[in-house]
Amino acid sequence: MNKTLLAAALAAVGLAAQPALAELPVAIAGPMSGQYASAGDQIRKGAEMAIADINARGGVLGEKLVLEVGDDACDPKQAVSVANTMVNKEIVFMHGHWCSSSTIPASDVYYEADIPMATVSTNPQVTERGLENIFRIMGRDDQQGMVAGTYLADHFKGKKIAVVDDKSAYGKGLADEIAKAMTARGIEPALRESITAGEKDYSGLVTKLKRDGVEVMAYGGYHTEVALILRQAQQAGLDLTVMGGDTMTNSELVTAAGPAADKVLFTFSPDPRKNASAAPVVEKFRAAKIEPEGYVLYAYAAMQLFEQAATAAGSTDYDALQKAMREGSFDTVIGNLSFDAKGDQKAPGFVVYQWQGGQYDYAR
Amino acid sequence: MAYALQQLINGLTLGAMYGLIAIGYTMVYGIIGMINFAHGDIFMVSAFIAVTCFTLLAAADVSSIPLALMFVLVVSMFFTSAYGWAVERVAYRPLRGSTRLAPLISAIGMSIFLQNTVQLTQGARVKPIPPVIEGGIELWQTPDFTVQIGWSQLLIIVTTVVLMVAFTWMITHTAFGRQQRSCEQDRTMAALLGVNVDRTISLTFMLGAALAAVAGVMVTVYYGVVDFFIGFLAGIKAFTAAVLGGIGSLPGAMLGGLLIGLIESFWAAYLWAEYKDVATFGILCLVLMLRPSGLLGRPEVEKV
Repeated sequence: MNKTLLAAALAAVGLAAQPALAELPVAIAGPMSGQYASAGDQIRKGAEMAIADINARGGVLGEKLVLEVGDDACDPKQAVSVANTMVNKEIVFMHGHWCSSSTIPASDVYYEADIPMATVSTNPQVTERGLENIFRIMGRDDQQGMVAGTYLADHFKGKKIAVVDDKSAYGKGLADEIAKAMTARGIEPALRESITAGEKDYSGLVTKLKRDGVEVMAYGGYHTEVALILRQAQQAGLDLTVMGGDTMTNSELVTAAGPAADKVLFTFSPDPRKNASAAPVVEKFRAAKIEPEGYVLYAYAAMQLFEQAATAAGSTDYDALQKAMREGSFDTVIGNLSFDAKGDQKAPGFVVYQWQGGQYDYAR
Repeated sequence: MAYALQQLINGLTLGAMYGLIAIGYTMVYGIIGMINFAHGDIFMVSAFIAVTCFTLLAAADVSSIPLALMFVLVVSMFFTSAYGWAVERVAYRPLRGSTRLAPLISAIGMSIFLQNTVQLTQGARVKPIPPVIEGGIELWQTPDFTVQIGWSQLLIIVTTVVLMVAFTWMITHTAFGRQQRSCEQDRTMAALLGVNVDRTISLTFMLGAALAAVAGVMVTVYYGVVDFFIGFLAGIKAFTAAVLGGIGSLPGAMLGGLLIGLIESFWAAYLWAEYKDVATFGILCLVLMLRPSGLLGRPEVEKV
């Protein structure tokens, strides 16, 4: 009796599973925990929404997408082990990683395993190594540094500008480019320094800036350190303006730095929330009580890129997919995406933003 | 000159905090001869308790800063010493009398346990509080530099000095201090003379934790942000301070803390900031080569 019941139950499950769509695993990877976990959170929210939308439209090539999430905590070693796990899960597309220092080692693993990836990491080395599976949907640090350096040289003439970095692949790369762009405009950095990320006490640096009469600090690194430096500058009676990179989009900066965050300028791609084509998606995020700030829409766009490329290629095989991504032009929430031979976005463009009362907007 | 003075103030503030944590290491080493690697994480726990208290106080609309500070200090010291007590009871007491390495391993385990518990229950994100104490005094104004000491810096230095005086007095003049010192010298003999050794050790752990809690509250007030990982670096630096000053010696721990704070800030001020940790540990190596028992440590005499 029991056996028949069991058999019947199994048959029912089998029947129910039959008409359901096959599943296609795609993945995101980034700092879901650790110091930069809030960026990972943005990526996850964007990707989850995109996949729900794509599946509601019937999936990709008749198959339903399922999301795998990898946590690399911005640690290069952990990034490689995440990459290996993802390869074992036979994912067909990866959006990640987030930290350049994670993306670079992890990309070798994906390259070996024939998995195409779309990343927002901005270090030039990400696409400079000739790996044809990488597509960058964000600008590069050298472009970012150019924009930031030129802006500083033009808007802060006659003021002393220091260039500081946190010794990370991303931070040092960005700071070097900013210094280069400033020098090209005839302005020498008043001070060039490096700090150790993850510490709490930056009063030594702040005092040094104060002694040298520095009013503007260009910083290559992450928002957590900027918040501490700003707080300590304020305590030391130093009125400091900071110019940072795309990592400053994180609203954690505002909670940690308080009103001093209004002194933070940063470069980031033109705000995708302002795109007319993104309006319905932005509405949807806000209805779900998610502010589509920072990397949320980028993660959404990465999934759209996969959807459109796979549809164009008619397959999720690596060669076809990779070729479709390289040759195609894709209409996403962050605007039109197309890639050059290296895998860099053709028209990235950076603009300068400023935090203002907890919101960021284009700097005047 | 003004610049050097400002860096001196920065260094003293940093050193005072290292010193407060270092005392916990040195006292425990003095009494049971082990390095309590979980001490840095006890400090981290206290900073989280402080953040929770400050948030609660802000929600309750308490606007008097001295009152709020007193409250946070008392609550944080209380709960943190409970943690110190529990750690000793759970992780070290059952191992007393076993090999020297056993409690060391259990301390490392405790450290990982505390870190991960806080990460899981509080989240990995940085926890900020709005500035509690703002402003300061301008000490000296030169044409191109103003030396300034923040109220929070002043608070840290003064609190540390007061605590140090009280603490030294307690160790040298009270019954508990005598018991503590007797356990340090010879636990068996102390027990034979009627000293409750277990209780004394527990109290030592609680006192160390309470001082770490003071440091935790100060860090929260001064830097305004805490995360689950702050115990690691602070613990390593404070341990270094204890070794530099001579592990087992209370004034040594304080001196070591101040020295490390000063080395860090002056190295960062005049040389390359990126190498300041190298400098700190380089100086530690030098001191240990010339004086293996630390600056104020007494060399251990093997009694036959």
